[in-house]
Amino acid sequence: MTIRSGTLLEARNVSKTFTRGRWYSDCGVRALDNVTLSIQSSSTLALVGSSGSGKSTLARCIAQLEKPDLGEIWFDGRSLANFTQAGFRHLRKEIQIVPQDPSASLNPRWTAAEIVSEPLRVQRWGNEKKRYVRSLELLESVGLDNRAPHQRPYQLSGGQRARLALARALALEPRLLILDESLSSLDLSLQAQIINLLIDLQATYELAYLVIAHDMTLVASMTDQVVELCKGRIVRQEFFPC
Amino acid sequence: MLKRFLLRRMIHTLLLLLSVSGGSFLLLELAPGNFLTEAKLNPQLSPQTLAALHDRLGLDRSLPERYLYWLKSATQGDFGISFAYNMPVSVLIWPRMRSTLLLTATSLGLAWSIALPLGVWAAARKGSSLDRLLVLLTSGLLSIPELVLACGLLIVAAKTAWLRIGGLPLAVCVLAPASLPLLLRHIRAGVLTASGASYVRAARAHGISEGRLWFRHVLPAASHSLISLFGLSVAGLLSSSLLVEVVVGWPGLGPLFLEAVAARDFYIVAGVVFLSANFLAVGNLLADLLLYYGDPRIRMT
Repeated sequence: MTIRSGTLLEARNVSKTFTRGRWYSDCGVRALDNVTLSIQSSSTLALVGSSGSGKSTLARCIAQLEKPDLGEIWFDGRSLANFTQAGFRHLRKEIQIVPQDPSASLNPRWTAAEIVSEPLRVQRWGNEKKRYVRSLELLESVGLDNRAPHQRPYQLSGGQRARLALARALALEPRLLILDESLSSLDLSLQAQIINLLIDLQATYELAYLVIAHDMTLVASMTDQVVELCKGRIVRQEFFPC
Repeated sequence: MLKRFLLRRMIHTLLLLLSVSGGSFLLLELAPGNFLTEAKLNPQLSPQTLAALHDRLGLDRSLPERYLYWLKSATQGDFGISFAYNMPVSVLIWPRMRSTLLLTATSLGLAWSIALPLGVWAAARKGSSLDRLLVLLTSGLLSIPELVLACGLLIVAAKTAWLRIGGLPLAVCVLAPASLPLLLRHIRAGVLTASGASYVRAARAHGISEGRLWFRHVLPAASHSLISLFGLSVAGLLSSSLLVEVVVGWPGLGPLFLEAVAARDFYIVAGVVFLSANFLAVGNLLADLLLYYGDPRIRMT
């Protein structure tokens, strides 16, 4: 089977089981069961479903924070299973995730500028000074004011922290950005602001989004495709031609 | 900011020292008998001599009076006179204090230099069979009382020529393993908590190498609990060294203290308690300062 042109990511028959307990009490939880979906480049897929339906597990498998037990994930025409260690590190650049609780994902000891330039440092991008300049640009692009770069996470508001986490995820110019309910802790007007920001960024960077959400109302304005999970299985899949 | 933080910690420390010294005076006074209780049973001493001694030792004055007088001279480094040795307490205590410090510092250094790498290593391999073995071993070591360990090593020392009784290696061999399991467990738990932090996972998603992840994210995050643990381990080691010194015959504060308590040698007991409290207070102050520099969040509060 060949990958259609324009398909950025494809998950084929992905299954993941978490084993709880010990060798004597085998009670596994089937978090993902034969999930197949694909995301076109610069499009948005909304993943919905109740708690425990496997949304986050799928996101973590795609972001390579977990390995699926069965099935394959293809990114840009290559199977993730075939990557070498070095190639894997490079691939990390392409897929970034904004975690469920953006505030907790920020190192409290570091300033905003340091937090944003850390992924660049990890990927050995530029030198110290170039990274700093880049981090200022990124912070500005998500609408943080010029005091923010030198502040630490606990000195920022919740909305500012969400923007900071977003700026950090954008630092490596990924082609797929996973938002794991990253907005659900914010109030409505802030959510709307950030969604507008995401739509703008999609146009500039040709980003594809995988948005995980509890309710559709939030992301309805920007999705091309909705996938609903229930107990690890896809129960609904809809496309919205735009 | 630092000035206010320091000032507050200093005031805490002063209050602590005052209450420790006051408490030790009160407890010593409440204990039955005094230095002359045994002398009274001696028929060769006349009541006149005893009364004169009683006056000379200052036992006729009231407790608050004695305490305030002691406090005043203690601030000038004079901790009173030992009844039994008829020598200034400070002259008796200093060399002993030095050897106790030598013992605790060596044991502390040894215990930490084993526990820290091993704890981090076990945390990084959580759930592996080696980690489980380590947990099992520490439980085993934890359940051996220091005294049993000391006696066991004394037997070894007596039967072989490996360890000299009353020597530093023997005392360290008792103290370091005694504090090791608790340290190891706390370090492992602290590092595990830190490595589960959401921002450590976020760093993984950037493609960070494992080594950098540990040194840049996990260890700084764990440093808070590790520094607090360091302060606590100093306190624990100091108190257990008093007992161990007596058993293994190390000429530290322990034997002096025990003897003084038995003889009701008032000012030696008060002096040892006060100096130990000072030692701990300085240790805690240092730990607080380290925390202040290590964690920007503390600077805010």
